[in-house]
Amino acid sequence: MAATIFIPTPLRPFTGDQESLELEGSTVGEVLKNLAEQYGDLKKHLFDEEGKLRNFVNIYVNDEDIRYLDREETAIQDKDTISIVPSIAGGTL
Amino acid sequence: MIRLKSADIEEIKQIAQKTYPHECCGVMVGSVENGVKTVTQLIPAENQRTDSPANRYLITPDLLNELEKKLKGTDRAIVGFFHSHPDVPARPSTYDQDHAWPWYSYVIVSVNKGQAGEIHNWKLKDDRSAFDAEKMELL
Repeated sequence: MAATIFIPTPLRPFTGDQESLELEGSTVGEVLKNLAEQYGDLKKHLFDEEGKLRNFVNIYVNDEDIRYLDREETAIQDKDTISIVPSIAGGTL
Repeated sequence: MIRLKSADIEEIKQIAQKTYPHECCGVMVGSVENGVKTVTQLIPAENQRTDSPANRYLITPDLLNELEKKLKGTDRAIVGFFHSHPDVPARPSTYDQDHAWPWYSYVIVSVNKGQAGEIHNWKLKDDRSAFDAEKMELL
């Protein structure tokens, strides 16, 4: 299976300024793993030191948040689109 | 570098004062040319951290996803975000750092006893180790 993954503007410098990429994978997790392997400098902005998706990084498959699907086990069909969207969070202390 | 109108700075300060003692937050939309971001629109957002609004803010991904879809195919993009620090300096916290991405501009305004004060702009280093001050030019 191959999905189209859209790269948000702040992460494009790590993918050679490509707006979208076609990547193989049967699940969302596999596609993201392939992305991180191909573009190593991107990895730390998506995954924490334990290799888990950072808690402010959200993944949508065809506009559906994977938290409401099967999270990183969500199955990918050919021509699915994947978007990476941050939650913007912060504050003092 | 990021370029904003003086009126944008005033608007951020007004929003921050109105929201005090809670944190305010919002999105900055603009154009990008040769690495210089120029803000063309401020979009105030409701702070979704209702459990701890005095020292946390949250803009949900659904809001940003919808905005990204609207901006797709245009010459504009989300270029950064603003938020306030009630009664503490306008410097990023460790919590800010843990929840940031590089490239975006993060404008922080300090609000002391209800009065907006210093305002600074920050950008996360590519290695996530710290924020750098990013030049802010007023138009």
